[in-house]
Amino acid sequence: MSGERTAIVERGSRTSIVVRGDARDVRFVRAMAAATGLEPPVAPGTTAHHLLDAVLWLGPDEWLVVSETQPGHALASRMQQALQGLHAAVIDVSDARVVYAVTGAHARDVLAKGCALDLHPRAFSLGQCASSLLAEVPVLIHQRSAEPCFELYVARSVGEYVRAWLRAAVREHLHASGGSSP
Amino acid sequence: MTERNRLEAGGRIDRSHPLEFRFDGRSLTGYRGDTLASALLANGVHLVGRSFKYHRPRGVLGIGAEEPNALVQVARGAQTEPNVRATQLMLYEGLEASSQNRWPSLAVDLGGLADLASSWMPAGFYYKTFMWPARLWPFYERAIRRMAGLGRAPAAADPDDYDHMHAHCDVLVVGAGAAGLAAALAAARCGARVILADDQSEAGGQLLGERYEIGGRSALAWVSGAMAELRAMSEVRVLQRTTITGHYDHGYLIGCQVFREPGQPDPVGVPRQRLWKIRARRTVIAAGSIERPLVFPDNDRPGIMLAFAARAYCNRYGVRSGSRVVVVTACDDAYRTALDLAAAGVGIAAVVDLRPSGSGHLPRQVRARGIEVLIGQRIVGVRGRARVEALRTQSSAGGAIREIACDLVAMSAGWIPSVHLFSQARGELQFDERLGVFVPLGRLENVVCVGAARGTASLRGALQDGFFAGQVAAQACGLAGREEAQDIATVEPEEAPLDWRGIFGAASLGGRQFVDFQNDVTVDDVRLAVREGYDAPEHLKRYTTAGMGVDQGRTGNINVLALLAEARAEAMTTIAPTTFRPPYQALSFGAIAGALVGPLHAPTRKTPMHDWHAGRGAVFENVGQWKRPRHYPSAGETLQAAVDRECLAVRRGVAIADVSTLGNIDVQGPDAEAFIDRIYCTRMSALGIGRCRYGLMLRQDGMIFDDGIAARLGEQHYLVSTTTAGAASVFAWMEEWLQTEWPDLRVYCTSVTEHYAQIALSGPRSLELLGPLVDIELDAMPFMSMREARVAGVPARVFRLSYTGGPGFEIAVPAGRAYELWTTLFGAGERFGIIAYGTEAMHVLRAERGFIMVGHETDGSVTPGDLGFEGRLAMDKPFIGKRSLRRADLLRLDRKRLVGLLTQAPDCVLPEGAQLLDEPIDSPQSAAPVAMIGHVTSSYFSAHCARSIALGLVRGGQARLGDTLYAWVDGRAIEVTVTAPRFLDAAGKYAYG
Repeated sequence: MSGERTAIVERGSRTSIVVRGDARDVRFVRAMAAATGLEPPVAPGTTAHHLLDAVLWLGPDEWLVVSETQPGHALASRMQQALQGLHAAVIDVSDARVVYAVTGAHARDVLAKGCALDLHPRAFSLGQCASSLLAEVPVLIHQRSAEPCFELYVARSVGEYVRAWLRAAVREHLHASGGSSP
Repeated sequence: MTERNRLEAGGRIDRSHPLEFRFDGRSLTGYRGDTLASALLANGVHLVGRSFKYHRPRGVLGIGAEEPNALVQVARGAQTEPNVRATQLMLYEGLEASSQNRWPSLAVDLGGLADLASSWMPAGFYYKTFMWPARLWPFYERAIRRMAGLGRAPAAADPDDYDHMHAHCDVLVVGAGAAGLAAALAAARCGARVILADDQSEAGGQLLGERYEIGGRSALAWVSGAMAELRAMSEVRVLQRTTITGHYDHGYLIGCQVFREPGQPDPVGVPRQRLWKIRARRTVIAAGSIERPLVFPDNDRPGIMLAFAARAYCNRYGVRSGSRVVVVTACDDAYRTALDLAAAGVGIAAVVDLRPSGSGHLPRQVRARGIEVLIGQRIVGVRGRARVEALRTQSSAGGAIREIACDLVAMSAGWIPSVHLFSQARGELQFDERLGVFVPLGRLENVVCVGAARGTASLRGALQDGFFAGQVAAQACGLAGREEAQDIATVEPEEAPLDWRGIFGAASLGGRQFVDFQNDVTVDDVRLAVREGYDAPEHLKRYTTAGMGVDQGRTGNINVLALLAEARAEAMTTIAPTTFRPPYQALSFGAIAGALVGPLHAPTRKTPMHDWHAGRGAVFENVGQWKRPRHYPSAGETLQAAVDRECLAVRRGVAIADVSTLGNIDVQGPDAEAFIDRIYCTRMSALGIGRCRYGLMLRQDGMIFDDGIAARLGEQHYLVSTTTAGAASVFAWMEEWLQTEWPDLRVYCTSVTEHYAQIALSGPRSLELLGPLVDIELDAMPFMSMREARVAGVPARVFRLSYTGGPGFEIAVPAGRAYELWTTLFGAGERFGIIAYGTEAMHVLRAERGFIMVGHETDGSVTPGDLGFEGRLAMDKPFIGKRSLRRADLLRLDRKRLVGLLTQAPDCVLPEGAQLLDEPIDSPQSAAPVAMIGHVTSSYFSAHCARSIALGLVRGGQARLGDTLYAWVDGRAIEVTVTAPRFLDAAGKYAYG
């Protein structure tokens, strides 16, 4: 674990496409790979990623395709075309969420103040994602890097609330660490 | 002032850091590392409080969480906290504390008169005395409540910060005494994720107060070695000053960590307290034990203390609690107090042993020091009131009473295992004849008690317990333990057994012998309760209040139960102790609330246009978690004036509203048509692509659940809108049906509420405004249709529909561009005199048109037929609730039915919820009961109609048009006329009918 300063970074909204489909159908998997370059992961809470694009597992038949390089409508229509003829759904929800990143040595402690999930490396590894609650707000958590860096996807409408909550939660780590508290 | 009872050296206090504090206004000094109790004792202050019922003077009894007497009020103003145990309060510079439950002062307390009257105040006194006459109870209650309670709650909001922390571990160890440290070491050495929680300011548990040796060196050296090893391990988290207070199912425990005492300044920006929510795969309870008091006349006098506490104040804090000490005991352990205090130079008057012999190793050591040991004694009383002056004892065989002068009595009747956390999680207890106490019976799944907490008496046994349990716990978590068996040498003399039966030897003497110090319960009270039939532990507890104080009877309960067994003439094994329940120790409201106070109290949802609304002075209302503009008053404008202005703008010109909060669900798939038809009672499959329809959703019982517009986006693609408040439940409802009842339907539902923001443009000039801004022919759009378009360059869905009953459009755009579009539309509308309107105007406008609002016109017992929607029911297709609609009760003609209601006076606005009557009644007193035949569901003043309007549900309402009814409002009947549920405008036409 690095001694990196703990910080909250606002990353704004991000291209996000909800995909529904049947991962047991090889045509669906191929079409997804063709349109996004990534196969939808089937293990719960896992992700597939390539550079700045990723597919996050949301449910047995639901994924979130996120991209920091492609606009939502372009990606969505490419996926729609690729999945034509299959029972699948592609819904552009790029404006539905905002992303916060919690990074640094105390990132897990900050999140632990409001999230009941075990984010310890033995329980939640690099690249994993999970839907949970953070301070009563539904949140999608994705561990982007081992730094550690956790990205939080929250509904746009509660963005301000989550920002205020995160600021309060990180406050003690902005002071020089006294060493007495864990 | 010097601390006259502080020893020259010794103890774990930091003598380089003297601290000043105040107790009852007196300025005193102590050291860093002191508790308030140790500092008071160092200053010779024994009298620290008054008891609850009899206001008897009380002193410090114990040294930790068990303390029943030394409860103080700490700090002032908003930070003040009552009932703080002086034994757990860490001293800080400037601490202010005061005693409780006394007036005018601790030394002279008028409430002490209750003590003189005590023979008339036995157990159940309040129940017996204030029974009659029953109607006077409210007066009694007021007086009793004034007397009840010990300290004062703060009057202002708590200014301190608190927070919560979730934590997960393989092994949670509760208690950092010998057994707990051993368990934590063993588990951690196997690689387990360990949390070690301990309620004291430093690890060591009981060892902190003893002079034990482990492995040939001082036990405290072993403790610091263990702590250094634990702190160096990355998977170990040590939580000092953390009391695990609740133990729930499946390894869930909560604990409260104290960083700062009440009123202590905050130098580092950490919260005052933190509530830990711990999920442990295995739990090792090493919570130690609490010393058991003896029972004898006036055993509550200040200066009478538990034997361990007396030596621990000496060993740990360098405090001599007295200068002439008598040790009274029913076990060998208390002889250590005589040895330790004598070693510190304190005079020991005698050791008085209640057992018939005292020949073990420890008594021999005591005798060898020249200290007198009396055996086979019973204590007949003490002399001294505000401080013990002498102990009066005689041989249990009778004979002369001997008075031994002393200023401290150190007593012990053995040890009570702290089984609270084990019992909270439904661990069973059994009586241990040898120890005279209840111990854990077996183990719970994933939970084990070790050391003193399970009745292990020796230090060596506690260490072995701990090492073994820690290793087993780690192995159970799948971690291979390579830890070799631990057997650490300790120096422990053989001890003679406790004689717990002997501790009631004096009970036959009568007099005031206390078993529950805090609630003033005596031996006589227990016996009286049993004579009066309260002979079950639960009844006895509530009748006598034994064990119901803030100390929860930690020292007294076992003696109460033993007395109960004696009074019932039964063996202790027949007695089942009352179940321990969380919290072990009281939690502050601040810790429970954590950080979720003030602006963080609950999540707040805001639309993308929120700042615009706020900038225009909008008054917001809460709709679920959403903040919605209710109205936009100009300077000095009333709610009604603003609403009138907003309504007229919609009816006459153009106005704009933020409807982003409405729920939106994307429904698609080959079976979307069939699905949507089953969800709505209206037929949606008949919709052409690009068309919209209003629909009602019913529950299985046929009652209206939600309403909204469905739009057909494609052959297999719909967009369902819901009410703001219903968005989440409708989505969950749809998923539930798809997943549990209709898994064969190939449909995907996705909430898109947050992706879109939606703007309503309403009014006759909305077409003029919007026309030039869009790339489609608006004129060609039929009412209730939808087109994809660009509005001012923003990709959008344009809906031609309105909730206000007039011409209008709704425009849905990606939320990120909504603010930009809103300001563009507002700018373009300025030449038409555009204004924004809020939810209040929206309600008036829809009511003018007779549109229902879920939650106003519906209440979970209203069917579509009740609202006049029979014509829209598609009874030839399946839908949820259909079968229920054919029930005879739902077809009755006299069901409450939606009507319009008009008052005689046009400016009289009925209150919503007012009951409707057939006959006027003059006054509620004179009238016989009358039938309520309906109620007002919505009521407003309509500027457009230039009068008040109301909707209501009236029994058989469809047949009562034109009838006169009476609304019962504030004790008078207001005449109303029943009309159709839509209203004429000022010109006598239906408002956009």
